[in-house]
Amino acid sequence: MVDFGGWDMPLQYGSQIAEHHAVRRDAGVFDVSHMCVVDLKGPRVRPFLQRLLANDVGKLKTPGKALYGCMLQETGGVIDDLIVYFLDELWFRAVVNAGTRDKDLAWMRQHAAQFEVQLTERTDLAMLAVQGPEARAKAASLLSSAGATAALGLEPFFGREIDGWFVARTGYTGEDGFEMMLPGTEAERVWQALNSAGVTSCGLGARDTLRLEAGMNLYGSDMDENTHPFESGLGWTVALEPRERAFIGREALEAVRARGSQRKLVGLLLEGRGVLRSHQKVLVPEAAEGEITSGTFSPTLQRSIALARVPVAAGSSVKVDIRGKLHDARIVRPPFVRHGKALVS
Amino acid sequence: MSNVPSDLKYTKSHEWLRTLPDGTVEVGITDHAQHALGDLVFVEVPEAGRKLTAGEAFAVVESVKAASDVYSPVTGEVTASNAALASEPEAINSDSYGKGWLMRLRPAGASPPALLSAAEYEKLIAEEGG
Repeated sequence: MVDFGGWDMPLQYGSQIAEHHAVRRDAGVFDVSHMCVVDLKGPRVRPFLQRLLANDVGKLKTPGKALYGCMLQETGGVIDDLIVYFLDELWFRAVVNAGTRDKDLAWMRQHAAQFEVQLTERTDLAMLAVQGPEARAKAASLLSSAGATAALGLEPFFGREIDGWFVARTGYTGEDGFEMMLPGTEAERVWQALNSAGVTSCGLGARDTLRLEAGMNLYGSDMDENTHPFESGLGWTVALEPRERAFIGREALEAVRARGSQRKLVGLLLEGRGVLRSHQKVLVPEAAEGEITSGTFSPTLQRSIALARVPVAAGSSVKVDIRGKLHDARIVRPPFVRHGKALVS
Repeated sequence: MSNVPSDLKYTKSHEWLRTLPDGTVEVGITDHAQHALGDLVFVEVPEAGRKLTAGEAFAVVESVKAASDVYSPVTGEVTASNAALASEPEAINSDSYGKGWLMRLRPAGASPPALLSAAEYEKLIAEEGG
């Protein structure tokens, strides 16, 4: 058990690698109740989020649709990354990280006031992420017949209320699946029912190797308040159009865009044996040093992979300093693995 | 509950030591240590001929979670290391006292410093919550 943002959480239930493979090949369940669910309500909730987020909730036209994006400082530094669901014109739901909960809520409240948006943290809800190629079918087996039909009919990145739960086709593993928000009092029973349906219990360790293979950032490792989205592989989440949308951090990002980012976040594949780890130095020919932000052994690829922040001039070949020895590594474009298949070799 | 064979000696840093008939000693990490580390994915072992001082790091074992140094319980010269671990690091998880051995070493000089008996090591890991 480890302390994670104030929550006692298991790194693994059995073997971390077995849990990882269960998600790539079949189905696994993660207790992600530590994630902070916040309901945002009011007639001006949409303009509030258009001010708060670097991505544009104006893109959300169909109820249930989700959007991934960042909350930025005026400097462009990332306060947190989050998912926001458009439930109706008066109600959006955000899911933010546990480790940043306090500062996120304070920041949101500070800016919500002028939009008269009410924030309610949903501490009554547990969240279970069921992920893997068989995850949706196995999770749907716990629902009523009509509920199962509704759940299996969800398009990717959509969520809706089903049988008293909020079921969304989202995740953090690179596999298909659901994230299910349900009353905390039901969580234990549902967890056991999922186990009985053949879904493997998975801990934080597998969650980290899966998200890294999927090329997904971890807040606090791959980006934080000292880095902006363009040097964090998150440029795709910044909506500079329409130009009149005055989101927090816009001026700073436009300045970065105008002068060009100095650094970029890339994927690394270690050529030989060993394990890349965060904070190892990345040596780039004829350029400044970079640094690994997240590294691990990839159970799917059977070799080590990482995300690293390097000078934009970096080509494809770099060296990584592992305990004083230089090892060859290759820059690749994440994701490394998606839907069970290796995308790099 | 960890497996602690009664015929081996142990260190506070979770290595085990077995004296072989030819007077050399075999060294590895304990079942308790492999369990704490989780699935092992990479092991770096020393070359034969390397001279080690008691307490010196001689190997690195990496699990999916972290890299950890392994320390020589005694002073001496490495006579062999377990090359099979390069392709099968998980042998340390499945058989830490057998196929998971890391190195053999010929002790130099006097008797080894403060090693723990199996009973003493069991007490240590119980105190550490293991």
